[in-house]
Amino acid sequence: MSSAANGGRARRSRGPHPPSAGASGQRAWFHKPSVVPGFGLTFGFAVTYLALVVLVPLGVLLLRATGVGWSGFVQTALDPRTLAALRLTFGASFAAATINAVFGVLLAWILVRYRFPGRRLLDAAIDLPFALPTAVAGLTLAALYSRNGWIGQLFAPLGIRIAYTPLGVGVALLFVSLPFMVRTVQPVIEEIDREVEEAAATLGATRLQTVVRVVLPSLVPAMLTGYALAFARAIGEYGSVIFVAGNQPYVSEIVPLLIVFRLEEFNYPAATAIATLMLLISFAMLLFVNLVQAWSRRRFGYGS
Amino acid sequence: MAAETDTTAVADRGAAAPAARRPRPVTTETPLTRALLLAVGLAYLALFLFLPLAAVFTEALRDGLDGYLASILEPDTLAAIRMTLLVAALAVPCNVVFGIAAAWAVAKHEFRGRSLFVTLIDLPFSVSPVIAGLVYVLLFGSSGVLGAWLQSHGITVIFALPGIVLATIFVTFPFVARELIPLMQEQGTGDEEAAVSLGASGWQTFRRVTLPNVKWGLLYGVLLCNARAMGEFGAVAVVSGRIRGETNTMPLQVEILSNEFPLSAAFAVASLLALLALLTLALKTFLEWRYGDEMSSSQPGH
Repeated sequence: MSSAANGGRARRSRGPHPPSAGASGQRAWFHKPSVVPGFGLTFGFAVTYLALVVLVPLGVLLLRATGVGWSGFVQTALDPRTLAALRLTFGASFAAATINAVFGVLLAWILVRYRFPGRRLLDAAIDLPFALPTAVAGLTLAALYSRNGWIGQLFAPLGIRIAYTPLGVGVALLFVSLPFMVRTVQPVIEEIDREVEEAAATLGATRLQTVVRVVLPSLVPAMLTGYALAFARAIGEYGSVIFVAGNQPYVSEIVPLLIVFRLEEFNYPAATAIATLMLLISFAMLLFVNLVQAWSRRRFGYGS
Repeated sequence: MAAETDTTAVADRGAAAPAARRPRPVTTETPLTRALLLAVGLAYLALFLFLPLAAVFTEALRDGLDGYLASILEPDTLAAIRMTLLVAALAVPCNVVFGIAAAWAVAKHEFRGRSLFVTLIDLPFSVSPVIAGLVYVLLFGSSGVLGAWLQSHGITVIFALPGIVLATIFVTFPFVARELIPLMQEQGTGDEEAAVSLGASGWQTFRRVTLPNVKWGLLYGVLLCNARAMGEFGAVAVVSGRIRGETNTMPLQVEILSNEFPLSAAFAVASLLALLALLTLALKTFLEWRYGDEMSSSQPGH
């Protein structure tokens, strides 16, 4: 890092000698002295960039939310339309994360334990929802699940409409949250020591008992993490949902869409209040994931 | 010697297997259960992954190849494609520089609050894209904190390129850093210390020692970052204003066309984005397969 901009803090010119001579107690407390140069420059740049791009804008949102005031906040949050959107968003996210929890563990198990032609391809395809832009996913799911779509026409005779109803929201969320459970559980299944399963079998456990009582409990921390990640992604999802949901107020309108509506009406206080509520929920999820991982490291000796 | 015994052992087992009809290993399910689980898993993936993918291309080509090309060569669509490429070309390098700087600081140095710093880097992944767009509107919009000042200086951020780039940087913020940090941590500081002790400058150390060590991981991060940058919808929709031919990106163009006739035009643009996704997945899988040992085990991304 040969930058003069970094002034006296750059330790480049000191070459191989440890910079202990000039390091004040203050700096040693913050940054452990090291032969590798460039801490001041890289850390300074990274922190500034992080602050400018992420922290300050998020801080402005929280600041504007305090301007809304407590009564304004409660009023917005308890507005029937907001409540309906919250119910749908959380209900659909909960359903999607739960269904994907079951299928995610199943898929991870298949991918790790079974050998079959096309396994590699399948493994790669799991990440499709990460790679496919949400607008494409939404457009396609709407076409597939509409009344004359490939899948929708199978349900139409039964009187079930999927696209443009709350069910459509669920379908879109199923798609976008699919990879999370698979990708968090998969590496843990790979790590499972088969001897444990052999021990269970020699002690007389049936295969089902081994899986339920020995294998699954060791997957719990990873499953909690995967569940929380899938859920967090689902409640924030916007792009794919608005194509399939129909977006009727009180019926099939999700919270992120409501934020966009309020913003387009220039109702900034309401948009800010709802966004802050969602942000706080997201942070709570993030905290939960970190706590689970810390607990898992202590309890099982690995983080998921 | 050891290798030789190993191969004979394997050969013995291979030869004995069909004759002796070994009992089923206790660490696997019955063939019937296995087939059943496999069928259920495959059906689920077919329903939610493969069918949508197939539908994109079928719908896009509904009006034949000529109709497909006509939809893509439509001037507004071409403008959206140019816009998407431009936004990615501006946003991705910013996050690459940040990712490298952050990884260098975190992996090659020890400082207080390091884990907090790493957690904060991941923050944009837990923020809804809509909120990512909203924060910039609140900051730079006409009634935003800096709105009046920007207006008096004739700078437009919202409903213009700078806002779109900023929103894209926000949502793709962690990709490169979270790929490089674990990788550079695994590699430790031994190589860099050796280079420095041999008289290399910091830049030389990075350029000739660190960068070759992490190049595949870096490429992997850039790949994911780029895919998200080109495909981002929510955050960009909030800040772009969706002015046709001007501030529309490809995903926004897909949405506008989806409200019009024929629908195959929307699917034509969508098919380009789907191709990008497939290319990304193919390259990603190739990198994992070929250089997996030179990259950190990847965490679930977004």
